[in-house]
Order: sequence, then structure tokens, then C-alpha cells
Amino acid sequence: MTMKSSTRQVDGVTIVDLSGRITLGEGSVILRDTVRDLLSKGHKKILLNLGDVTYIDSSGIGELVSAYTTCKNQSGELKLLNLTKKVHDLLQITKLYTVFDVKDDEATAVKAFTK
Amino acid sequence: MHRDRVSYTLDSTLETVNNAEETASRLASEAGFDDEEVMKISMAVREAAVNAVLHGNAYDPNKKVTLAFERTANDLVITVRDQGKGLDTSRIPDPLAAENLMKSSGRGIFLIRSFMDVVEIHPSQSGTEFKMIKHVRGSADSKEASQ
Repeated sequence: MTMKSSTRQVDGVTIVDLSGRITLGEGSVILRDTVRDLLSKGHKKILLNLGDVTYIDSSGIGELVSAYTTCKNQSGELKLLNLTKKVHDLLQITKLYTVFDVKDDEATAVKAFTK
Repeated sequence: MHRDRVSYTLDSTLETVNNAEETASRLASEAGFDDEEVMKISMAVREAAVNAVLHGNAYDPNKKVTLAFERTANDLVITVRDQGKGLDTSRIPDPLAAENLMKSSGRGIFLIRSFMDVVEIHPSQSGTEFKMIKHVRGSADSKEASQ
């Protein structure tokens, strides 16, 4: 299953609903293009909903890091929502869990962005 | 002694990476590993295949990736071999180091080592071989290793 991405706006925050696999190739490219497109349009509060992401490899992890730093470098904010156990465990062992602002409730996550 | 071996010679493509992962997942399941262990094994194989295709063979259509699975009495032994210039193991980064933590690459070999019980990297001028071993739970070796 390849990755799919859709976006919606909630209280000034762009929520990106991702599903499928974030892996080397198409999945990583879709994530990269989505984040860059949002930033280029001035959408700098980005919440990546990973609830339906079934698999992520080292390339996908790298793409999440890249999205985070790209957003931060443009004075934006990027948070993660609804990590599956697989993704949670991967971020733990790579010591990235504490780098990202990870939320498990959408309303709480939206409120956590700077007003 | 129970011993089965199967090997594949594959092109240096992204399709090979996906095939390697799927094959590892199937064979690990057949070997009796639980879902979590199957995920770890298949991800380790995927990362080794990525390394072979991208960094070893650099997508060269004239170079192949060899993937082999061997089920012994106590282990699942997996080897992934490329035909590249040979990995310089002294240059493998520590992705947990502060200076590397926010880099967008360099985590593949770390994940392989995290997910498999034994990992040997054998570089040579004719390519690099990753040998990865997962102990079958309940085997004599596993019991000894856990003591």
C-alpha cells in the first residue's frame, strides 16, 4: 500500500492525514512535497496525523526529521499526532521521541500550537 | 539437523527492496516468529537491501543484489550482498550522537543492529555482505544467550 495524504484546516492549524507506508521512494517524496507545499503557501502550523501509517523505514524517519527542521527553519511548528506502536517504538529507539512534540488527541494538539 | 536455504539474485532497484522485505516477512512467519519479531526481521532486511541497492550498487543495472535465507536448528540466518566498492565500516555514523540526531539519513545500519541478534558486516573490494542472525525463541543458543 502506497502512502496517501490529505489536508484539512482546524483553527489555523493544517492537519495532514497520512495513511499507508512512509518508506524510501514514493512515500517519503509525498511527505516531503506535502510539507514543502504547505510552507510555501504560508501554512506554518502543521500537525502530521500518523494514525493510519502502517509502516515507516529509516528513510521515512529521516523525512519526518527533515520536515521538522524545514518547518522550524521557516519559523513554523510541526507536531505529530496518533503514533502507532510501531512508529512510537522507532522514534524511541532512535531517540527522536523527545525531539518531536507528540500528541495523542487532536483537539489538544491543535490547542498546543502557538497562537 | 533441520536446515533449509533459499537465495535470490535481484536487480538494483526499489522493487528489490520491497521484494526483500516481503520475502523476509513471509519466511520469518514460516519460521515461527511472532508478529513483532517478523516486523523487526523484515525491517532489518529492508534496510540492508536499501543499503545494497543505493549505497553499494548505486542503482547500477549491471550489478546485482544477492539475498539468502537459511533456517538452521537454532537461527534464521539472512545475508544480503551487493557488488559495490565495499562499505567503509569506520565511517558508519552513530545516529544517536548529538551532532547526528537531526540528520535526515544514517539510521539504517543502526536499525539493523537494533532488530537482529547478531550482525556482521563483511566489506571487500567486490562488495559488502551483511550477515544477520535472529535466534529462534526457545532454541538452545537463545537460552544460553539469555542467561
